[in-house]
Amino acid sequence: MIDRRLVRRALPFISLLVVLLATFYVQPRAMSYFGMNLMLQYAIPIALATIAQMFVITVNDLDLSIGPFVGLVGCISATLLYSNPLLGVLVLILLIVVYGAVGALIHLRNLPSIVVTLGLSFVWLGIAVLVLPSPGGKAPVWLKSLMAFQVPIVPFPIIAAIVIGLVVHLALMTSSYGVIGRGAGGNGKALTRAGWSMLRTKIIMYMLCGFFGVLSGLCLLGLTTSADAHVADRYTLFSIAGVILGGGEFIGGRVSPFGAVVGALTLALAGSFLIFLKISPDWQIGAQGAILIVVLALRAAVSFGEART
Amino acid sequence: MNTSAITLDSVEKSFGAVKALAGVTFEVNSGECVGLVGHNGAGKSTLMHILVGTLAPSSGELLIAGKKTTGDWSADAARLQGIRCVFQELSLCPNLTVAENTRIIHRNLKGWGWKKRASDLISQKLDEIFPGHGISPHDEVADLPIGKRQMAEIARAFTVTDGALRLVVLDEPTSSLDAVTARQLMDFVKKATAGGISIVFISHLLGEVLSTSDRIVVMKDGRIVADNAAREFTRDSLVAAMGSQAHQATRRRTEVAADAPVMLRAKPITGGTAELVVRRGEVIGLSGLAGHGQTRMLLQLYGKRHAVVNGPMAFVAGDRQSDGIFNLWSIGQNITLRSLAALRRFGVIDGQRERALEETWKRRMAIRTPDINNNILTLSGGNQQKALFARALGSDASIILMDDPMRGVDIGTKQEVYGMIQAQAADGRSFVWYTTEIDELAHCDRAYVFRNGSIAAELAGADISEESVLKFSFAEAAA
Repeated sequence: MIDRRLVRRALPFISLLVVLLATFYVQPRAMSYFGMNLMLQYAIPIALATIAQMFVITVNDLDLSIGPFVGLVGCISATLLYSNPLLGVLVLILLIVVYGAVGALIHLRNLPSIVVTLGLSFVWLGIAVLVLPSPGGKAPVWLKSLMAFQVPIVPFPIIAAIVIGLVVHLALMTSSYGVIGRGAGGNGKALTRAGWSMLRTKIIMYMLCGFFGVLSGLCLLGLTTSADAHVADRYTLFSIAGVILGGGEFIGGRVSPFGAVVGALTLALAGSFLIFLKISPDWQIGAQGAILIVVLALRAAVSFGEART
Repeated sequence: MNTSAITLDSVEKSFGAVKALAGVTFEVNSGECVGLVGHNGAGKSTLMHILVGTLAPSSGELLIAGKKTTGDWSADAARLQGIRCVFQELSLCPNLTVAENTRIIHRNLKGWGWKKRASDLISQKLDEIFPGHGISPHDEVADLPIGKRQMAEIARAFTVTDGALRLVVLDEPTSSLDAVTARQLMDFVKKATAGGISIVFISHLLGEVLSTSDRIVVMKDGRIVADNAAREFTRDSLVAAMGSQAHQATRRRTEVAADAPVMLRAKPITGGTAELVVRRGEVIGLSGLAGHGQTRMLLQLYGKRHAVVNGPMAFVAGDRQSDGIFNLWSIGQNITLRSLAALRRFGVIDGQRERALEETWKRRMAIRTPDINNNILTLSGGNQQKALFARALGSDASIILMDDPMRGVDIGTKQEVYGMIQAQAADGRSFVWYTTEIDELAHCDRAYVFRNGSIAAELAGADISEESVLKFSFAEAAA
């Protein structure tokens, strides 16, 4: 008999492969070093945002502000970080601290994270528009050259994706402190009884979300070289879909860093695939949703047979 | 060795107007096993929560090895003093592996190779307590059946890394264990106490308490009403001290006619050729070692897969927390859930009839609450279970499937529910009852013994006994 658990774990990778092959089929020229680079480079900031979202989902919350947050990071980096690097870094660190404070607030007041972060998304957007009222600004030179980095044979985005997945996997899935983070999502009460602080755990997970949100914003700016407050609005839903596509679950602390990265790549590729198919942009979001539903339905079908006594 | 390991001195605890503990002085000596018994709501759990630092007492003191504790008594402080607890509701993280769950209670399982050390630690302890347990440290807890989860949690409580293990509280540790593993645990408790570890043993199975404890403390209404060496007690004197009359399990009359209409007929899809048949008005027991296909049989019946079903069914869950109650709803809403379709008028729920149904079943099941509109979690475990029974019995179902529903329910509540089942069966309802307590089979007309997913034997009337059930549970070399 096939091990269903194994199938479920492999599903995100199979989905990516299918989308990749389909893309190559409709546009064989994409199957090159240059083509892959071009197609996948924008997947890297999405993957980072997905990882950010994953930390919050691990503790059973949802972050609806990550997209505007990535946009805000871009705006600050294109202005403040460019003109005054020290102050820019301080502001970015401050943003991460604010994320931690929001986590503390959500935990202490027992607030629904969806409501708090939805409100927060407008705050981020508002600040971003104040910082940079119209698209513009300049990416710091080092950032541009970092994102333009090339390695021989294997396209850089693929290496970046593997490195991101690996680092987060080591931290969250194999380290002894990652266990505490995931345990907080699985059974917070048990964790408290074992003498761990749920408050501290949530603050750290939210700050990690903020940290990867900042990385995502920097990456995106390095690619676009100028900023816009609205550039990453769609990242919120991309990141949630990526985590779920990658085998994560909304509650219960079940997440997979490699899966999340692969989920993000799948979503980004699905976008290119639809463009190659010459589907009008009006239909693209719907078509992307359809792909999402197909993959999730497959997963549900696989999980259905898993015996639970 | 009569040195005090831990003492709770004149401890009081109130929740609002309710006084859960009214001045309790509770002492455990090192190397002693203290049995703690009492009805649900007698204050046992509250006392233990104070002991392990998850609840703060309203007043009173806590002494460890004769010394007063300084500063705040918290779960962390209790941990440092070597106090552990296996709670009635399981406190493992289902999304983590057994080894990872071990890491959670050990601060110093970190750094390189922590996973290996955690795996070795828990495997060794599982081997020691439950030889032949069949649990891998890399198993995810959610994938384990409830009995094995309980075994893993018990073994985890006895693992030691740094600092001595002083006291372990076992709150209903055998509620999901079968007879064999329960025996293994009892043997281990004796060994652990001989090694100087103190144990507080809470159980509703009085036989277990009597045979395992050195001393037994009886609680009632937030006070200690008896405290004596275990050999001074008998089953009847314990029950008398707890405050309800001793009930001898009475054998049920077998009056169901052989030609009564068949309500259910099914062959387990998990194996075997023997068939399960349920007639109108019968109480049928499903027995055997835990996890040998009884629950799957119930789910198969409820899902009407390969089964002939001649009547509406209702299901009483055993795992209250995950399969039974709706945490956020009131007691009443939890009861009427199964009957909402029948309570409709012009397509909407008729509030008056809903209220009437709630009140009827609150009265009939004697659910102890001042207000049926209170949240379900305000009830003690036994009363929550009564609400689940009310959900099934209040519905139009003529067949009631029960999945070991008496797990961790006190003896008084059990007697009330047994009586209710008898009365309902006499009125023509049929019951299919999976139970891990062999005593409960005395209330059944017939019983099926399950082994490895198939029906190993059918027993009727006087043939149902502990001996025969165990015989058929082990007839082949048990895996």
